[in-house]
Amino acid sequence: MTSIDESDKEKLRSVSVDLNNDTALLIDIPDALCERDKVKFTVHTKTTLTSFQKPDFSVPRQHEDFIWLHDALVETEDYAGLIIPPAPPKPDFESPRDKMHKLGEGESTMTKEEYTKMKQELEAEYLAVFKKTVQVHEVFLQRLSSHPVLSKDRNFQIFLEYDQDLSVRRKNAKEMFGGFFKNMVKSADEVLISGIKEVDDFFEQEKTFLLDYYSKIKDSTAKAEKMTRSHKNIADDYIHISATLNSLCAEDSTPNKKNLEKLSDLFERLRKVEGRVASDQELKLTELLRYYMRDIQAAKDLLYRRARALVDYENSNKALDKARLKSKDIPQAEEHQRQCLQKFDKLSESAKKELTSFKGRRVVAFRKNLIEMAELEIKHAKNNVALLQGCVDLLKNN
Amino acid sequence: MATSSERSPPPFPDSEDQDALDSEEVRGRESDEDDGEELFLSATNTPMAKEESPSAPAGLLVDLLSDPLIEPLSSSMNKPSSELFEGLTNDTAVTAGKPSVEASDEFVDILGSEAAAQREEVDVTVEAAAGDKGETSRGATDLLADGETRSAPEQEATSAAPVMDLGGLQQPPASAKVTDPLEDLLSDPPATAASDAHKPSGAVVDLFDDEGSDIFTGAPSSKPAKQPQKSLFGEADEDLFGEPLGAVSKKATSKEQKEKSAPASAGEPAHIFTEEAVGTVPNARPVSSKTNGIPPEEDSDIFAEATVELSLDSPRSERRKEATTKPPASASTSVSAAASLTKPQSAAVEELEEEEEEELEDKFDIYVSVKDPEKIGDGMNAYMAYKVSTQTSLPMFRSKTFTVRRRFSDFLGLYEKLSEKHGPNGLIVPPPPEKNLLGMTKMKVGKEDSSSADFLERRRGALERYLQRVVTHPMLLQDPDVREFLEKEELPRAVSTQALSGAGFLKMLTKATDAVSKMTIKMNESDVWFEEKLQEVESADQQFRKLHALVESLVVHRKELSLNTASFAKSAAMLGSAEDNTALSRALSQLAEVEDKMEQLHQDQAANDTFSFAEMIADFIRLLGAVRGTFDQRMKAWQRWQDAQAMLQKKRELEAKLLWANKPDKLQLAKEEIAEWEAKVTQYERDFERVSATVRKEVVRFEKEKTKNFKRQIIVYLESLLQSQQQLIKYWEAFLPEAKAIA
Repeated sequence: MTSIDESDKEKLRSVSVDLNNDTALLIDIPDALCERDKVKFTVHTKTTLTSFQKPDFSVPRQHEDFIWLHDALVETEDYAGLIIPPAPPKPDFESPRDKMHKLGEGESTMTKEEYTKMKQELEAEYLAVFKKTVQVHEVFLQRLSSHPVLSKDRNFQIFLEYDQDLSVRRKNAKEMFGGFFKNMVKSADEVLISGIKEVDDFFEQEKTFLLDYYSKIKDSTAKAEKMTRSHKNIADDYIHISATLNSLCAEDSTPNKKNLEKLSDLFERLRKVEGRVASDQELKLTELLRYYMRDIQAAKDLLYRRARALVDYENSNKALDKARLKSKDIPQAEEHQRQCLQKFDKLSESAKKELTSFKGRRVVAFRKNLIEMAELEIKHAKNNVALLQGCVDLLKNN
Repeated sequence: MATSSERSPPPFPDSEDQDALDSEEVRGRESDEDDGEELFLSATNTPMAKEESPSAPAGLLVDLLSDPLIEPLSSSMNKPSSELFEGLTNDTAVTAGKPSVEASDEFVDILGSEAAAQREEVDVTVEAAAGDKGETSRGATDLLADGETRSAPEQEATSAAPVMDLGGLQQPPASAKVTDPLEDLLSDPPATAASDAHKPSGAVVDLFDDEGSDIFTGAPSSKPAKQPQKSLFGEADEDLFGEPLGAVSKKATSKEQKEKSAPASAGEPAHIFTEEAVGTVPNARPVSSKTNGIPPEEDSDIFAEATVELSLDSPRSERRKEATTKPPASASTSVSAAASLTKPQSAAVEELEEEEEEELEDKFDIYVSVKDPEKIGDGMNAYMAYKVSTQTSLPMFRSKTFTVRRRFSDFLGLYEKLSEKHGPNGLIVPPPPEKNLLGMTKMKVGKEDSSSADFLERRRGALERYLQRVVTHPMLLQDPDVREFLEKEELPRAVSTQALSGAGFLKMLTKATDAVSKMTIKMNESDVWFEEKLQEVESADQQFRKLHALVESLVVHRKELSLNTASFAKSAAMLGSAEDNTALSRALSQLAEVEDKMEQLHQDQAANDTFSFAEMIADFIRLLGAVRGTFDQRMKAWQRWQDAQAMLQKKRELEAKLLWANKPDKLQLAKEEIAEWEAKVTQYERDFERVSATVRKEVVRFEKEKTKNFKRQIIVYLESLLQSQQQLIKYWEAFLPEAKAIA
């Protein structure tokens, strides 16, 4: 059972999507409870909008509710021209749990102190994962609330306001399969329509860019993750080294005892800093990349929807030509063609707006995070320098 | 005595003409160097110079000789001294029957170094002698010691120093054996010595007369001549002893005890001093003081050295070494009466010595570096050769800097030799890095990858630290094998170090049996200190091993990080190129650059982790193994002692049986055996105690060195970390404006 409080969370706000904090609708998740695999978020809303009954209210929500909301938005035809904010990933507490398990197995090989430290470290990691989870859910809601169209969505408002358990039905096997099948069809379709001739240069460019960018950012995300993990490994090594030095020191009766003591102490401090470096890199860099990877996926989906509409329109054109040729059902075909064109035009228009704003959002977020990361790196390195310098001075003066 | 010399310029005709004052003076002015040599030649052949004036009064004699002598001596004291010694040593070497160039060279070195080091101590001895005896008698002593010291009373103590050394040197050739004269000297009853010492100078003249004639007639030495000379020497010795003993607050008893112990054995003085020099003094030692031993010490040292130089690795030199380092049991037993008196004092002396040693250790000005590993040969016969450069101001070496090429097995060979010689005595012989078949094979096959470069660097560093440890060990530095290793151009190939050779197999076998016997020996430890230390060492060993594994894993992780950072850098660069916002694209490629540098930083840090941290720990593990080895040696000594005791017990039982069976003929034999085993038991007990004391001292030294080393290495390591962090700050600070420039 873990819970976090507000102040803690403020510090950790990582994936900073630049949300134009519209005071009309403010959403946050001040509290969350973790029970086994389920995480219960408390979604808090503060609003001046009259569409809500109260100006200030909180509701309990689970991860599945978020997914439901996301799916509902994606399936809404009217939002086809929008980038639907990516659904938050499922809370994953597996890795820290696994580690905890392994640690328990290896308890006998470690000194008590070492074990305690490792446990602490894992608990911290667990907490970090937890906080991250809360955050991505929060960010999802904030993205919705700051969107001019999506914020007015009925489902979204229900999600925020309904004070009972939404108790959304979990997808059954058939639906799961259906979803999977739909995805298959979509990918196949994507391949099919990829050959279509683009009518708008903007989208042509945007498509190549996003495809390229997606593959690159996916790669970067994986690499950044690996890098962060290596940092964590080093921090873990420091723990063990410090503990071993400590036990060496406990048995030493020579003047070396003092040196060992200092060194052990130093490594203990270094590992804390190193751990911070790792978690900050994770938060500022890996999470950023990961989030934008998903966001780009959402943008790609938008492009797909638009391309689909384009294909539909062209098909309707063909159908109209056919109908004219056969002089049969011309008005229906004309109507259909007109509708398709209208839909496509509308989609294109809003997609253009969305993509442009996405670009701006991305640049701002990257800027913010890169600056913060650089500042944190400097801060930690300075910390390290101070620690090391202090220890070297101590040793030298002795 | 020095009847003739093959190597020295023919002094004989000259010295025969030397009867007149004028001729001497002329010679003195001719050339300083020649003169020096001459002087010495004349010193060895003292009588020749005086042959003409047998009845002259001592005063005149002194005048005659000192006049021409002082001049060259004082004016050219610094330079010609070496020549002086050379002349002398040549003579001695010749008389010793070993006319070898090397030997004499060695002598020069030793004399040069020791004369410098002990000048002040000799000072003391000279003054002590002066204080105790009258002017004339001192002159007489000096005269007797060697014909050249006439100048001593008038001259400065510094000039007297070499002179005294010479005195020490002079003595041995008188008889065939090195230690004999000392024995004689010391065994002389002090009473006669004193009376002889106070004899008027007339007697001295007589002495000279006698001796001179003896030499001239070709006899090596004559009884009447030698007797007073010896006693005089004995007297001088005694005074020397008495003086410093008083300084370390020893009572008169120590003097008596000395007299007792002195006659006890010939080797006694010799090894007392050697022991002092290296600082492994067993408690049983009756006398200990730095100053008292100077002349004899030189004797033994020089001669031991000489023999070793002459007959390298010969069993004789080995034996000699052992003999000099072991206090004979007889000496100890004779002292045992006085032992109770001296116990606390000797402890105090020991402490004093320890302090002295510490200072001494710090003064070792020698630095050995191992550089330029070079592959020699091809295929499986290939090997690595390293450049071993030594930088030193120690006078025991021929030059200040010298370089030799050594292959890895030479390093191992040196260790084998050292551990064979010093291991059983309880010394911690620093171990070299282990053989690494895999790394070596890789190297031989000629794969030039980063791991083999890593391997070579690791080994090079380990070898360097190993040698440095050897040369900073006060006793090992004195070992001729060490010096040979550092100095000699060509070394005989060390074969026994090959892992797959017969010797290697034999070694493995011995190790295995050792391990078995170690398990079977059940030692009931009487000394808590050893028990605790052993435990401490064992647990430290375990912990260091763990630490080593951890640091190795840190290195692995750091390398991983470096790799991952590199791949992220590449990926970020790609992302930057894909980005359509120019500023962001720029920032991303900048980020890629920063990460690229970061990669290098991590890589360097991984190397630092390896070389400054992991290798230091590996060293400690090796050293701890050596420390445990000394504990094993101590246990072995103990076992030997116990075995001897058991044997003695058996013999006694046998004796009782024989007594009961009434067999007097066999009883005699049994009694002899008992006596023999009793002696052995005592000796083994002494051995054990000596080894214990050495081990104890060595462990203390090891711990001190460890602390020092640890601190030094750790500071180096932390500074490397510090530097890399500072670099990191720089990189990120440079990046920051780029990130801020994203619009």
